[in-house]
Amino acid sequence: MNSTASETWIILGATSSMARAFARIVAEEGAHVILAGRDLDDMKRTAADCRARGAAGAEAVKFDARRPESFKAPLARTKEGPGSINAAVFIGSMPDQAAIDADPALIRGVVADNFTGPAEFLHRLAPLLEERGAGTIIGVGSVAGDRGRIGNYVYGAAKAGFATYLSGLRNRLARSGAHVMTVKPGFVDTAMTWGIEGMFLVASPEKIAAHILKAARRKRNILYTPFFWRYIMAIIRAIPEPIFKKLSV
Amino acid sequence: MQWKDEINTGWGRVLKAREKVARPERAPALAKLLESTPAPAAGMRRSYGDAPLNDGGHVIDMTRLDRILGFDGETGVIEVEGGVRIGELARLYAPQGWLPAVLPGTGFATVAGCIANDVHGKNHHHMGSFGQHVKSLTLLGPDGKARVIGPKRGAGLFRATVGGLGQTGVILSAKLQMIPCKGDVMMVTERRAENFEQFLELLDHSSATYTVGWIDATARGEALGRGILEEGETGSGLMPKPKKARSVPMNAPHFALSKPVVKLFNRAYFSRVPAHGRTSVKRIGEFFFPLDKIHDWNRLYGKRGFHQFQCVVPIEAAGRLREMLETIASSGLASPLAVLKRMGPGRAGMMSFPMEGYTLAVDFPNRPQARLLIARLGEMTEAAGGRIYLAKDSLASGARVKAMYEEHPMWAGEVAEADPDGRFVTDLVRRLDLRSPA
Repeated sequence: MNSTASETWIILGATSSMARAFARIVAEEGAHVILAGRDLDDMKRTAADCRARGAAGAEAVKFDARRPESFKAPLARTKEGPGSINAAVFIGSMPDQAAIDADPALIRGVVADNFTGPAEFLHRLAPLLEERGAGTIIGVGSVAGDRGRIGNYVYGAAKAGFATYLSGLRNRLARSGAHVMTVKPGFVDTAMTWGIEGMFLVASPEKIAAHILKAARRKRNILYTPFFWRYIMAIIRAIPEPIFKKLSV
Repeated sequence: MQWKDEINTGWGRVLKAREKVARPERAPALAKLLESTPAPAAGMRRSYGDAPLNDGGHVIDMTRLDRILGFDGETGVIEVEGGVRIGELARLYAPQGWLPAVLPGTGFATVAGCIANDVHGKNHHHMGSFGQHVKSLTLLGPDGKARVIGPKRGAGLFRATVGGLGQTGVILSAKLQMIPCKGDVMMVTERRAENFEQFLELLDHSSATYTVGWIDATARGEALGRGILEEGETGSGLMPKPKKARSVPMNAPHFALSKPVVKLFNRAYFSRVPAHGRTSVKRIGEFFFPLDKIHDWNRLYGKRGFHQFQCVVPIEAAGRLREMLETIASSGLASPLAVLKRMGPGRAGMMSFPMEGYTLAVDFPNRPQARLLIARLGEMTEAAGGRIYLAKDSLASGARVKAMYEEHPMWAGEVAEADPDGRFVTDLVRRLDLRSPA
């Protein structure tokens, strides 16, 4: 894939700033954009923005990772989209670890948003890509999925599950000519990280989105973005568990 | 919604403010913020002084509400969220034959910021100010409630909002009338003006759509007021892709803009245009936003920052302007960034800067002598019956500003009604005591 003209992109979690930035790029290249998420009014504004930027078409459709019955409409819309079918998953939710400790039932939502919801959706979408023998799936995980840390290990565990799922899906779709890329962003300047202390080397969503698309075109399998997170995480993964368990990184 | 602790400055980096900043990404989040903690809005903070600052208080960063909500290719009317950058609209629509009617000197300014300062561009003598092309806008008051106002509907509040420095509320979105253009390249003619008189004559007789003059604010004697007049027309054509913007990585040392360096630079800059002038083709952004290709250029003034003085004086006060230029040239304090333009009468708000006449803008590194000089220039501007531009100001006194803006009492009345508890007050408004009518 060299150009997004006559491509369809379904973007899950389309109200996030990273997703918006990504939608803009593919829109300016003339793709057909389907924005899926919970806040329909907000996504309609983004859809208008995509059309104004040159999208072949742009529509907003309701999608809730915690309600599988909401998957039908976006799947149907995607099926009707022109050209190759592509999906980018930007869904994520990260409640405070302290909030989860106080109410462990929150774990269900975190797992549904970050892992099982997107996985079930992609599993329903995958046959379509196999059938057309083309297309790309981009799954945005997190560096937090590389190792469980005291600060956010429920979120990290869900992202790790999603990463493993994507790895398997990549293995499966590679046989038909479709491609799956796992993205592990570091700190990105989004509403999720706004005002949190201890953030460093924070990247703009625009920069991350551009990097993601470029890497997907090159059929990269796993993308750390910005690139140096590959090395930061290599170090963090290399710390022996007896030591790691005493750290609060 | 989280509040983030930030230390911010205006573009001149002289005045600083410790603020708690929220950055909503969706319209309902903004309304909710205002319900609980009404606070002034900030955009890209391209105003030079303290207009975008609220020291010790809260600020709402609007840069994530930056989407285009609709465009009518028949009429050229575009609806956008307030945080969209004006240069983005030029980039997207010039190839389709439309441009924002007014483009300020930086494309990084947000549309809401352009409205709140009723900015002008290189075509002010033809097209007037930015606010004159705003068909309507959605304003959120201190209670978070939205009101749609325009030149006809809620005209009083509209005229207090355009050029109103954010004091009536937060501009969520606006409908703008764009103007047709031939394409996204510019035919630019540069001509030398050997002195002040010749410069004014060139400005007065220019029939170009866009004109701007660079002035050598260090030249004295015979050469006083010499400079280069640039005239531009849009055109269609093909240009190579723009180079990536460079950025200034750190504060420059103070001698970077010392007198001999500036004098040398200015002489070279003047001589680069042949005596008989020249015409060239430029990318649209290069003509309208020449400095945008150097990110953080304000760092060139070092960590002490800089001031920009900008005034407008009536046509008949051209002699006074010459005196001001003499004062500047003999001080030897000016930087190479100095601009002279002709202005038309167009203005859309009670606190709008423009008036028919000549406008002069000069940058000065922040030094004690420069501050004294700027105070003197403010005095001279008032005596000439002119105005200083609040988007650039960090030094003026309230009494002087109120004397220059004859509609100020009316504005203060509208603002008192729109924001009775002073929730949208900024450092500039506090410093100049603009909320009180006299």
